[in-house]
Amino acid sequence: MQNPEDLVRATQQEQDGAIAGETGPLEDLDALSKELGGGPSGGDVVSHGGLGRRILSVFFENKLAVAGVVVIVAFLLFCYVGPLVYHTNQTSASQALFSPDNAPPGNGHPLGTDSSGFDILGRLMYAGQISLLVGFAAAAIASVFGALYGAISGFFGSWLDPVLMRIVDAFLSIPVLFLAIVLATVFRPSLTVFILVIAFVSWLIPARLIRGQALSLRQREYVQAVRVMGGSRTRIVLRHIIPNSIGTIIVNATFNIADAILLLAALGFIGLGVPAPQTDWGSMLSNGVNYALDGYWWEIYPAGLCIVLVVVAFNFIGDALRDALEVRLQQR
Amino acid sequence: MTGFLVRRLLQAVVVIIGVMAFMFILIHLIPGGEARAVLGPRAQPVAIAQFNKENGLDLPLWDQFVRYLWNLAHFQLGRSYYLNQNVTQLIATALPKTLILVGISTVFAVVVAIPLGVYQVVRRNKPEDYIITGASFILYAMPAFLLGTLLILWFAIDIKIFPTEAPQAPTVLGVLSDPLGLVLPVLTLSAITIASFSRYMRSSMMETMTEDFVRTARAKGAAPRRVLYVHALRNAIIPIVTLLGLSLGTIVSGAVITESVFNYPGMGLLAVNSAFREDLPTLLGCTFVVTIATILGNLLADILYAVVDPRIRYAKS
Repeated sequence: MQNPEDLVRATQQEQDGAIAGETGPLEDLDALSKELGGGPSGGDVVSHGGLGRRILSVFFENKLAVAGVVVIVAFLLFCYVGPLVYHTNQTSASQALFSPDNAPPGNGHPLGTDSSGFDILGRLMYAGQISLLVGFAAAAIASVFGALYGAISGFFGSWLDPVLMRIVDAFLSIPVLFLAIVLATVFRPSLTVFILVIAFVSWLIPARLIRGQALSLRQREYVQAVRVMGGSRTRIVLRHIIPNSIGTIIVNATFNIADAILLLAALGFIGLGVPAPQTDWGSMLSNGVNYALDGYWWEIYPAGLCIVLVVVAFNFIGDALRDALEVRLQQR
Repeated sequence: MTGFLVRRLLQAVVVIIGVMAFMFILIHLIPGGEARAVLGPRAQPVAIAQFNKENGLDLPLWDQFVRYLWNLAHFQLGRSYYLNQNVTQLIATALPKTLILVGISTVFAVVVAIPLGVYQVVRRNKPEDYIITGASFILYAMPAFLLGTLLILWFAIDIKIFPTEAPQAPTVLGVLSDPLGLVLPVLTLSAITIASFSRYMRSSMMETMTEDFVRTARAKGAAPRRVLYVHALRNAIIPIVTLLGLSLGTIVSGAVITESVFNYPGMGLLAVNSAFREDLPTLLGCTFVVTIATILGNLLADILYAVVDPRIRYAKS
């Protein structure tokens, strides 16, 4: 096996050559070829310390990922600690009657009030709890189920694999939003049902990804060795296939959180969101849009900003995790 | 080539039957059954029994499933009890509108995204490249409902250039005769596609530039411009065909949102309104038709891919 440090050094030398030879936009095609063909590039490799530390160092080298983590932590604090500091009524519609409706920012309401008289800043926290909870819970369920499903499908193979994968294909061919709308209509929506509905449309991609991994992992010597030693198939799936796919699972789960939050927001926007008095960012936005003609901007921009920030943050984290986990593990 | 086609077709058929089975199960999961949904929660047992008998709901499940498949195969999608109309008719008026919206948006997205991706490769690692990458990242993260809302706020309410609604004309020709009304919906629906396609085009182009044939072309003394546009571009575009097929589902989901934002009476709005009315036959009919359309679009993309790239044809057969 090649020493990773040599590999990185060789790559860097190649890159230095490429950069030195850089010229006009169209003239440096071969420099570009070298630059791109020269294997995966990366920063300095921390050769001491364990794998976990190396992964962390690669992850935190990525400025966007750090920004993403900061944003997520800030939102968690905002949504879960915020209400402890900033007390508002978000559940009693009758109590909200005493507050002015659609009041502009100021006068005790830093971001104004909505059409029912709820304080918008407090409502953002309250809605954020739901959005984040649904995002995390749905992604967790989808990842665990999808990974097990994919691992079983890929590992057992023979007749089971095509059957299980055609089921995934069938669900994948239904456009996500249609599937979610159908499920949200058939099953009476409550918060738990929402988490399950969103998990149901999200487990398909991880199942496919892990199945691909399982197909290659089952051929490895150590899996064969477990078999020879008489290890059960359950043991192989749970102790070898799943742990060895953990990088893919985590990366995909991160993107899944972002997608789940977006999907919940989309459902909320078209009016099929969590039932009142609960709310989510998409429902808030949808509510505000009804008053777009009146110029109540405070009912639109804050909720929209929350959705975009959180989704972008999770995407940044997912990208960086992919670099840190997958590329590093393969290079080892 | 034929082997590949046959296998791919069979796969599509299996998937379609799977989707049908899923829908069939869903219909039978409605609390209280179809009879209660139609006759109301206070219906007498006698009336329910009669309804079940009239509609074949007392037959064994396998028999019902075969009848259901038979009906779907003949595009009998059932009856909307809420609107008291044939679901097939409802869909027949809504489907062309969605096809127009999705069609125009997809073509627009491809026409914008490919030159954008190529331009980024030409100006790679220069400010222009970073600006476009940044912009496409923002568009990519911007959900369609937010983008649509902002476009309405800015370009229909603040500056009154475009109408706040999509064209409401009942016919396809009527819709097309109001291009101003289509601008914002098309922009909304194509934004995400432009963002992802241009990013993909950029990386596909960069990858193609490392291929041996590009080096050979340069070694022959072909002008850089010719290498870029004739040798590299033509090969880099091929994967876009597959991407197009794979993105169809996302685009259709985006159409649901776009249609709700702009009140455009296509399949998405029909589905959303049916969900509000708990009009399950219409909702399932819409989902079924849209799914079939997506599967067919995917199939078409795969076939097209095999046609434009001979390597695929030979490798798979």
